[in-house]
Amino acid sequence: MLQIENLHASVDGTDILKGLNLTVQAGEVHAIMGPNGSGKSTLGHVLAGRPGYNVTAGTATFLGQDLFELETEERARLGLFLAFQYPVEIPGVSNMEFLKAAVDAQREQRGEKPIDAVSFMKTARETCKIVDLDPTFLKRGVNEGFSGGEKKRNELLQMLLLQPTLGILDETDSGLDIDALQVVARGVNSMRSPDRSFVMVTHYQRLLEFIEPDFVHVLAGGRIVRSGDKELALELEARGYAWLEEEVA
Amino acid sequence: MSQEHIDQAIEREYAAGFISAIESDTLPPGLDEDVIRFISGKKNEPQWLLEWRLEAYRGWQEMVEPTWAHVHYPKIDLDEISYFSSPKSMKDGPKSLDEVDPDLLATYEKLGIPLHEQEMLAGVAVDAVFDSVSVATTFRSKLAESGVIFCPISEAVHSHPELVRKYLGTVVPRKDNYYAALNSAVFSDGSFVYIPKGVRCPMELSTYFRINEAKTGQFERTLIIADEGSHVSYLEGCTAPMRDENQLHAAVVELVALDGAQIKYSTVQNWYPGDAEGRGGIYNFVTKRGVAHRDAKISWTQVETGSAVTWKYPSCILRGDNSVGEFYSVALTNNFQQADTGTKMIHLGKNTRSTIISKGISAGRSSNAYRGLVRMSPKANGARNYTQCDSLLIGDRCAAHTFPYIESRNPSAVIEHEATTSKVSDDQLYLCRQRGLDAEKAVSMIVNGFCKEVFKELPMEFAVEAGKLLEVSLEGSVG
Repeated sequence: MLQIENLHASVDGTDILKGLNLTVQAGEVHAIMGPNGSGKSTLGHVLAGRPGYNVTAGTATFLGQDLFELETEERARLGLFLAFQYPVEIPGVSNMEFLKAAVDAQREQRGEKPIDAVSFMKTARETCKIVDLDPTFLKRGVNEGFSGGEKKRNELLQMLLLQPTLGILDETDSGLDIDALQVVARGVNSMRSPDRSFVMVTHYQRLLEFIEPDFVHVLAGGRIVRSGDKELALELEARGYAWLEEEVA
Repeated sequence: MSQEHIDQAIEREYAAGFISAIESDTLPPGLDEDVIRFISGKKNEPQWLLEWRLEAYRGWQEMVEPTWAHVHYPKIDLDEISYFSSPKSMKDGPKSLDEVDPDLLATYEKLGIPLHEQEMLAGVAVDAVFDSVSVATTFRSKLAESGVIFCPISEAVHSHPELVRKYLGTVVPRKDNYYAALNSAVFSDGSFVYIPKGVRCPMELSTYFRINEAKTGQFERTLIIADEGSHVSYLEGCTAPMRDENQLHAAVVELVALDGAQIKYSTVQNWYPGDAEGRGGIYNFVTKRGVAHRDAKISWTQVETGSAVTWKYPSCILRGDNSVGEFYSVALTNNFQQADTGTKMIHLGKNTRSTIISKGISAGRSSNAYRGLVRMSPKANGARNYTQCDSLLIGDRCAAHTFPYIESRNPSAVIEHEATTSKVSDDQLYLCRQRGLDAEKAVSMIVNGFCKEVFKELPMEFAVEAGKLLEVSLEGSVG
């Protein structure tokens, strides 16, 4: 589904990713861990196509297409979803309107007609229950005045409605209490399927207790320095990252 | 003096220069008292109105063009303008839509304008009778049942002279300002509305119903009188971009809300803004003002997207105690457009209240200024004003300015002013695009959200159109 080879990327002239390789097959869940500043979030943004994040070398193929040839919105319509670490507010634009526009953009890509408002409303309300958000949030401005936890759950709501092929979660667990964490995990687990994959960027092993990954990777100095299964996460939890960084150096 | 006499006088005075002009129903360019006599005579106007026009003209001659607005444009040569042309000039227009600018047609398509209306808007000479003519007739008879008068002001001068004479120029005096004086001297036509005491107008009145009647021309004049306890909602304009061979438009709108009356005046203005390089486009210099008597309410809602240069301040004089004034505005400028727009709330009566919500959006290389005055007179005990003035910038080559003037001469008056300036942020765009929306759709969605407080004041169908209009007007603003 996703093949990243020798990826180099820079932000504001600073090299962040320095030869990253990663292959994600359909149905797999990959966790990316690593110390602060190692390039974890950058990876998500480079894949999503954030302006200002420049690919200087390497390739990424998503569903057989050269990802870096595609515009940000084209990648999204192809089924690549990034759950933001810090979702921005869009005042005055109702969540409902925003969600419907996003869903319709994907439908248009598939040559389908816009979803009818009534049935979409129904689906959206039901999905709100899954992520434990009151349906009144659908009427509020996108993330407008939401708490940190509400913003994260709103990201999950969007992912559930858009049903992406590849979900990238950028520290979706950070700042969440244990209940909210379980809500996120329930949402992600409900979406797991043989033809959907996830890449979860996280600092903590805790999330992986609820969403069991197939692979755990450690990102340090802009490269993946160690890959393993969930045992690796436990080892990191116990020993920190320093020993790995030393080993690599 | 009878009409015959006037005609004779005119013909005598114009014997050399104007014979052919009369035949073609168009005056050669230039303005003097004889031109005004000609206009008045052509319209068969009563003597008092001719005198009224002449008085305005004499006042105008003493005045100079205002330069305080934050707009720049080449000086308009008023001697280049022809001050009278008959509606027949339609025949000079394009013969069919094939001759009309394809860009304009593309815009009509996007706005979903039906074909026959496209022809009308593009100025195509059409012989067919539109459905809307009969629609307009139906509406008129329904209005007549409730005693509402809604007709061209040129007609009202003859059918209801006492009303026109009593109120014309009472809200915007003839010598109010340079362009109002010019309008008073040479005004072409416009709407006249009278709502009798206690009547709630059974429908929203729209200039749209009058679109098939004679072109109102560049010096439009509108007078709306809501008698005691009556209600009316009036819609002006049209979302489709209108072409006009006249570059200068100087309209005057006067609203009179008598005791306990309510007038809601909504405008969607989309005159041709010029091309992407800033060539051409309409200059729109408008004077709009209403007087609210005791317990009356006047509400202005405007969505301004057109014109190369806009200079417009729909205002309320809150004369009566407990009267209310409202101003809700969205002004969008793109490319090289310039707008200097806002309002004046003049609080004279006790416990008068006013609300100003202004949303300015600048894109491209445009300049957008809000200019507002809130004045509390010494007698306006307990008066209140709330002003919210927000500017949104798209890109880094446009400008937004705010010029608020506050004059309070009453210690019990309360004035609140809030202002913000924000940019459509890269992060907002990124979020939208990551969810699959293209950049233009994203910008229009963000801008629509920004304008929500104003759009909800618009009549329903107008609000939907206004949203679409912003989307079309913003095309090419990101990229």
